[in-house]
Amino acid sequence: MKIMPFILVCLVGILMLYASLGLPFRADPNSPMNKDTSAVGSVGAANYYIRNAFKDANTPNMVTVILADYRGYDTLGETTVILTAGLVCYLLLRRRKNEN
Amino acid sequence: MKTDSGSPIVVLSSRLLVPFIQLFALYVIFHGHYSPGGGFQGGTMLAASIILMRLAVGTHAGELQFRRTWGSKLGAAGLAIYASIGLFVMILEGNYLDYKFLPLPWLSEAEIRAMGILIIEIGVAIAVMATLVSIYDDLLEEDIDA
Repeated sequence: MKIMPFILVCLVGILMLYASLGLPFRADPNSPMNKDTSAVGSVGAANYYIRNAFKDANTPNMVTVILADYRGYDTLGETTVILTAGLVCYLLLRRRKNEN
Repeated sequence: MKTDSGSPIVVLSSRLLVPFIQLFALYVIFHGHYSPGGGFQGGTMLAASIILMRLAVGTHAGELQFRRTWGSKLGAAGLAIYASIGLFVMILEGNYLDYKFLPLPWLSEAEIRAMGILIIEIGVAIAVMATLVSIYDDLLEEDIDA
C-alpha cells in the first residue's frame, strides 16, 4: 500500500509548515537570535560579528571573516573532511602495483 | 570508456577555455575578501579546468598539466598549509589560528588578520582542487592502464 506513506508525508509536511509559522522573521531585531544578550544573559555572537568584522580583519566580506577567522577551526575541519573523502576514494578505487 | 575525444573542435575549444577558467578561479580565490568566493569555490573551479582538459585530450595528455600522483600529495599539502599556520602562531605565543601573531610587523593588526585569512584560503583552494582531481582520477583508474 502506497497510500499510507503518502498520507504520512503530507501530515508531516503540514506539521512542518505549521511549525514554520512560529519562526521569527529574518530581520526582526526583537527575535531571540538577534538580541545582544540571550535569555540567560550570555552575550550573543551575531551582533559582535556584524559590528566588528571589518575592524578586526580589515576585510569587507563579513562571511569570509567569520568563515576563516572567527570560525577558522571549523573550516579546518571542513577541509579535513574533503581530504578524507579524497583519500577514501584513493584507498578504495586506486589499483595497487603488487596486485598486478 | 575512452576519455580521448579525438575531435579537434573539442580539444581546441577546451584549450581556449581552460586559461580563462583558471584566471577566474584565481580571481575568486584572491577576491574572496571583497566579494562572494574564497578557497572552496576557487579550488573547485581550478579542479573543473583540469578535469575539462582531461575530458578533452584524455588522461595521458592531461597528465602534462597535472600528474595523477600529485592529487593526494597536493591535497595533504594544502591542508598542511592551513594547519601549520595555526601551529606557527601557537609557537609565537598566540592561540591556535589566531593570525594576529604572524610576524608581519609592517602591517597593522587587522591587515595581518587579512593576510592570515588569505594564506589559509590558498591552502583550502589547493586542498580542494587536488582532492577533486584525485577523485576523478581514481574513478577512471580501471580504464587508464587496462
